Amino acid sequence: MAEPDDRVLHLAGIRKSYGSGEVESEILHGIDLTLRRGEFAALIGPSGSGKSTLLNLIGLLDRPTSGQLHIDGEDSGQLDDTGLTRLRGQRIGFVFQHHHLIPAFTAEENVAMPLLVARGRPDAEMFERAGQLLDQVGLAERKQYLANRLSGGQQQRVAIARALVTNPSLVLADEPTGNLDTHSADDVFALLREFNRRQHTTFLIVTHDPRLAARCDRIIELVDGRIVADQAVASA
Amino acid sequence: MPFEWIAAVRFLREGRMQSLLIIVGVGVGVAVIVFMSALLSGLQANLIKRTLSSQAHITLLPPEEIARPQQATDTTALRLQKQAQRLRAIDQWQTLRDRLETWPEIAAVSPVASGPAFAVRGEANKAITIVGIEPERYNRVISLAERLTAGQLRVGAGEAVIGIELAKDLGAEVGDKLRLSAADGRSDTLIITGLFDLGNKGVNARNVYVGLRTAQSLLDLVGGVSSIDLALHDLDLAERLARRIAGETGLTADSWIKTNAQFVTALTSQRVSSNVIRFFIALSVAFGIASVLVVSVIQRGKEIGILRAMGATQAQMRRIFLLQGGIVGFFGSLLGSALAWSFLMLWQLLARNPDGTPMFVIGVEPGLVALAAGGASLVGILSALLPARRAAQLDPVVAIRG
Ligand SMILES: Nc1ncnc2c1ncn2[C@@H]1O[C@H](COP(=O)(O)OP(=O)(O)O)[C@@H](O)[C@H]1O
Ligand SMILES: [Mg+2]
Repeated sequence: MAEPDDRVLHLAGIRKSYGSGEVESEILHGIDLTLRRGEFAALIGPSGSGKSTLLNLIGLLDRPTSGQLHIDGEDSGQLDDTGLTRLRGQRIGFVFQHHHLIPAFTAEENVAMPLLVARGRPDAEMFERAGQLLDQVGLAERKQYLANRLSGGQQQRVAIARALVTNPSLVLADEPTGNLDTHSADDVFALLREFNRRQHTTFLIVTHDPRLAARCDRIIELVDGRIVADQAVASA
Repeated sequence: MPFEWIAAVRFLREGRMQSLLIIVGVGVGVAVIVFMSALLSGLQANLIKRTLSSQAHITLLPPEEIARPQQATDTTALRLQKQAQRLRAIDQWQTLRDRLETWPEIAAVSPVASGPAFAVRGEANKAITIVGIEPERYNRVISLAERLTAGQLRVGAGEAVIGIELAKDLGAEVGDKLRLSAADGRSDTLIITGLFDLGNKGVNARNVYVGLRTAQSLLDLVGGVSSIDLALHDLDLAERLARRIAGETGLTADSWIKTNAQFVTALTSQRVSSNVIRFFIALSVAFGIASVLVVSVIQRGKEIGILRAMGATQAQMRRIFLLQGGIVGFFGSLLGSALAWSFLMLWQLLARNPDGTPMFVIGVEPGLVALAAGGASLVGILSALLPARRAAQLDPVVAIRG
């Protein structure tokens, strides 16, 4: 059995309901899940099964209706909004389906954004780090491009660099390749895998693509707000 | 530059058209406010200056005596008889003069011996007021020397300075002789040494300036004065100071504010109504900024969500939008001040006296621009309060999903 502090994410009995009273509907019905350092896990399931809802909870963008959620051993239930924001900024990286860069900023600035937000002021070190990451995702030449002047695949690579700039414990990717053609999707996926192997960053990736899911270490299947299957992938 | 500033500036720059339009909107509002303020203060300063050109800021009279009326009257003859036996003097006026001169609020002190008389020249006979003065002192209260149209301000023994209106009535010029006759048959013949125009027809027809001694003997006030005129550094303090002097000396003290009560009320109500107008302009500017920022918060929902996901706190989001309001207000005020300055230049070009000189001089003072800039920035920040709150409270989950 691994050390307890090896657990990057620990969920116990997580429930999430939307609405209240008559119209209240429970989307997640008691989720237990643990992710350990360096894991590269896929979260699959039919549309509407609650994958994004779960990811938003794990990403501390939303609070569960009940249940416990620990990130790096820290109990999120004990934190106020500022505390959640700080924990999120330090420990979690996001990659969204619709890349979600900020168009008023350059590629480099977008990558440095989590550091800028945390430190409050720009410094040379954060841009150096952003430059290195852009280098690693193959966009060294595009540093000074405004975000909206990049192609979809390029934007998603910038988003990956941004998700990794703070050296987070956990990267959450919600259908990161959903909007890309097969070729770009393969590139982006390969990049995620590469960072996982090199830095032992934990990844939880929502995907619809069985081909990509099969290339993960572990596949977690969510149906109607319940985990119905959770197994290691043999070939990985 | 802090993160919030960077984001605020980038957001404004990115929303180019929106930002430009609202800055112009703020600018027009500020321009009207600055223009109105400059015009009004120029106008009022000019009116007050004209009013006070022939009046002391405070006049001290012996106790119980009624305030000296300022208007030209046909009742001078009547008063001549009534007051003939009761022209009163201020006790110990030299001591009082010297004491008042040490008060920091008081700019000048001028003792005056004045009373009714007739000016006679040939067939002409006019009711006048003899005003006996110490010329240097008096000139610091009312700039008589500057207002001479002929001759000099010389009121030695046997000399008098009269108004242009009286000169016309009597058909007299500088160098001519003039006979003054007061009550009880006291009279004196004087040479006219100068003519003045104090911008007030009554004063120009009535006042005859002579030396203090001459007046004292004509008015049977030997060694005494009938009033003391004061000039102040701050006009607005006149009424308060008058009360204080009255309290300390037992004299009657009339401030220009009291003597010109109607005029002062008119000025005040003019200021009040202009403040009301300015307030509503500021309010509509504030609503303009607020509505643009509310729209911007909605448009940027996704970006706000991303920034929150990247670890930006609610406080940071709030500040980004407050700053945008402040920046719009600040640049709007600069534009507005420049516009107001152009309006004022144009106005001065067009509003001229018949002789072509500017009606009165007004300018955009640096203080007013600084005030406008500070005020508009503050209004900008205040009007951003609501949009900033919305930005801070935006649910990142909803924002990102959209
Ligand atoms: N804010 C919300 N209010 C009400 N229902 C919601 C909200 N967000 C998601 N849902 C519902 O929760 C269910 C799960 O949605 P989601 O987590 O987006 O599924 P998935 O990502 O697996 O497609 C859906 O039925 C969706 O309509
Ligand atoms: Mg989803």
